[in-house]
Amino acid sequence: MSDTDRRTNLPPLRLHVPEPPFRPGDPVDYSHMEIPAAGALDRPAVDAPAATMREMPYGLIRVLDGEGRATGPWNPRLEPERLVAMLRNMALTRAFDERMYRAQRQGKTSFYMKSTGEEAVAVAAAEALDRDDMCFPSYRQQGLLIVRGWPLVDMMNQIYSNKADRLKGRQLPVLYSAKEAGFFSISGNLATQMPQAVGWALASAAQGDTRIAATWCGEGSTAEGDFHAAMTFATVYRAPVIVNVVNNQWAISSFAGFAGGDETTFAARALGYGMAGLRVDGNDPLAVYAATDWAAERARTNHGPTLIEHFTYRAEGHSTSDDPAQYRSAEERSAWPLGDPIIRLKQHLIGLGVWDEERHAEMDRELAEQVKAAAKEAEKNGVLGIGLHQPFDTMFEDVFEEMPWHLKEQRAQMRAERESAGI
Amino acid sequence: MNMIEAINSAMDVAMERDPMVTVLGEDVGYFGGVFRATAGLQKKYGKTRVFDTPITECGIAGVAVGMAAYGLRPVPEIQFADYIYPALDQLVSEAARLRYRSAGEFTAPITVRSPFGGGIFGGQTHSQSPEGIFTHVSGLKTVIPSTPYDAKGLLIAAIEDNDPVIFFEPKRIYNGPFDGHYDRPISPWSKHEGSEVPEGYYTVPLGKAAVRREGGDVTILAYGTMVHVVLGVVNDLGIDAEVIDLRTLLPLDIETIDASVMKTGRCVVVHEATRTSGFGAELAALVQERCFYHLEAPVARVTGFDTPYPHSLEWAYFPGPVRIGKALKRILED
Ligand SMILES: Cc1ncc(C[n+]2csc(CCOP(=O)(O)OP(=O)(O)O)c2C)c(N)n1
Repeated sequence: MSDTDRRTNLPPLRLHVPEPPFRPGDPVDYSHMEIPAAGALDRPAVDAPAATMREMPYGLIRVLDGEGRATGPWNPRLEPERLVAMLRNMALTRAFDERMYRAQRQGKTSFYMKSTGEEAVAVAAAEALDRDDMCFPSYRQQGLLIVRGWPLVDMMNQIYSNKADRLKGRQLPVLYSAKEAGFFSISGNLATQMPQAVGWALASAAQGDTRIAATWCGEGSTAEGDFHAAMTFATVYRAPVIVNVVNNQWAISSFAGFAGGDETTFAARALGYGMAGLRVDGNDPLAVYAATDWAAERARTNHGPTLIEHFTYRAEGHSTSDDPAQYRSAEERSAWPLGDPIIRLKQHLIGLGVWDEERHAEMDRELAEQVKAAAKEAEKNGVLGIGLHQPFDTMFEDVFEEMPWHLKEQRAQMRAERESAGI
Repeated sequence: MNMIEAINSAMDVAMERDPMVTVLGEDVGYFGGVFRATAGLQKKYGKTRVFDTPITECGIAGVAVGMAAYGLRPVPEIQFADYIYPALDQLVSEAARLRYRSAGEFTAPITVRSPFGGGIFGGQTHSQSPEGIFTHVSGLKTVIPSTPYDAKGLLIAAIEDNDPVIFFEPKRIYNGPFDGHYDRPISPWSKHEGSEVPEGYYTVPLGKAAVRREGGDVTILAYGTMVHVVLGVVNDLGIDAEVIDLRTLLPLDIETIDASVMKTGRCVVVHEATRTSGFGAELAALVQERCFYHLEAPVARVTGFDTPYPHSLEWAYFPGPVRIGKALKRILED
């Protein structure tokens, strides 16, 4: 188009590029964030049609108020012993993360990812699911394994890629697989687990089984096609599946706005599919429990899938490979208005009169010892790069059920290479 | 039986024998597939074992991986191989590597069926041959039949196999073999060898090639539609060629290839897929590495061109009798 053809009576179009509210050095003000009072949202019947629950994905299900009191229709009214168990599992997850983070800093492994601040998302969900329900997690749900009593030493062996690693040193640290714990092998490719979970759930339904599936991805990952394929399949076949979106505000250095979070909530993604959508205070373990319990019952009674957005905050870096100070305000964490899930549950238990600061400190000491002992045990099997790894031959195993000729040839070539090098 | 009936029969037999076998894909249920390959299966086995899916190849493949993790044996159909790319990540990163990354805890015994190849005026979106993309992936098996008998036996073997299998069906020869002369009337499978297909269960093992014609002067490696085109050329020109139908590209039957090339001393590789980085390059390299001292001429490749499949010029693209004949004459003169 030549200059003379340009239509000068129209305003030039502008490209909108989202910006997070705060960058490094900025003061943090969360007053724009709407935080409904605890107990304010209704709890619909588990068989309610998705279209009648439109406020669920836009509100925020909260049970614990600012003083740690449980209130409202979503209060799951759990026995104090169960609440203490939940607290313990969250604290154990944090202690585990702490220890493994340090192990990475000490050069014992290549990489680690913490779930600090998000412990309730996995722990409270696992408490609400049945032990034999199948989980298709992302990499920040180590709490699932903790709740299911999976040996810490086994998890650490995987992180160290040592000779006792059942995954034969093939996966990046934290990409666990534990079939016996109903924990699907984690992929490094984001969101691929979403349609897989739906497929598992479809199979369970087709077989007349009673087990359901649950899957987790970050809010950033919802932009992947796999997420939308999973949502379509889940609603079309009314799959017994819970789709969890962990909105921890950040996808490495990209804030939630780049996944569409500025325009709507992630829970509201459910509406267009005709799926039930719940938006939950992800730092409120009771709310996460209650929402998961609701969704599980809905799935188990053939009323279909639920999308749960867990509104939370990633308190630490994305992984040991990034430095969040480079892209976000340091104040964001301390000012986060929904608090810390462990502190909130602790406060609640103290309010109930079944817990106190001393017992809490004692528990933390105990858990740190437990984790330390497990790490020592795991380190006997080696840490990354110091020789106690899997035999080299295992590299060629499990590509196929039976090894074809070309892999046998390559294995022989590797053996010869190593022999001539005197290794 | 023609090849579609044979493929249908394979799924029928597999579903009858194993209640875990489940068929899914776009239009495969009620209608029985756009090529009718799944016709009648939903009626016989019900909607939970044979069902239509949304149009999301990524979803179809991902859901199939999850179903397999549960313990089913899914047989997803991708309506045309040209549409397999949205499913690529689920096949390449997930299905292919699940056994490896979980050290055998989880496996993905899925068989992805998909019609491929040109010669039906399908334009560049219904004609491609993407097999080379899959043979490049560690952990996938790639199978391509060339007769109804093999199609049924190979498909049953693929469904029973505990590894993920990409099963490409040469759609040009669904109804009858094709000798490359597009201007001649097509003669139905019933008049040809390979169409006698037993009703019941049998398998053709994966990883085993078939020698379709014995000969002493040159070895021709081909698969799918091209096997018949090659046989036609060899007969027309009266060349004493040994024609090997690979049937499984990965794992490859290297013994049969080695033995033949060492006997004939010459090798021509023929496929319809584009040339650069195609599976023919792998075959030529293997033959060169393993049979160099027996070769009397460089290994030759006859392939499609490195262009998308052009609708109106598809017969110019297609590696037909003229292109193959020229290559054969050249290599025999060397
Ligand atoms: C398909 C794919 N693309 C990119 C990456 C690199 N990557 C790893 S984690 C990540 C951010 C994910 O953010 P989010 O989904 O919000 O989860 P979070 O880490 O916040 O829990 C990216 C881009 C990847 N692993 N896979």
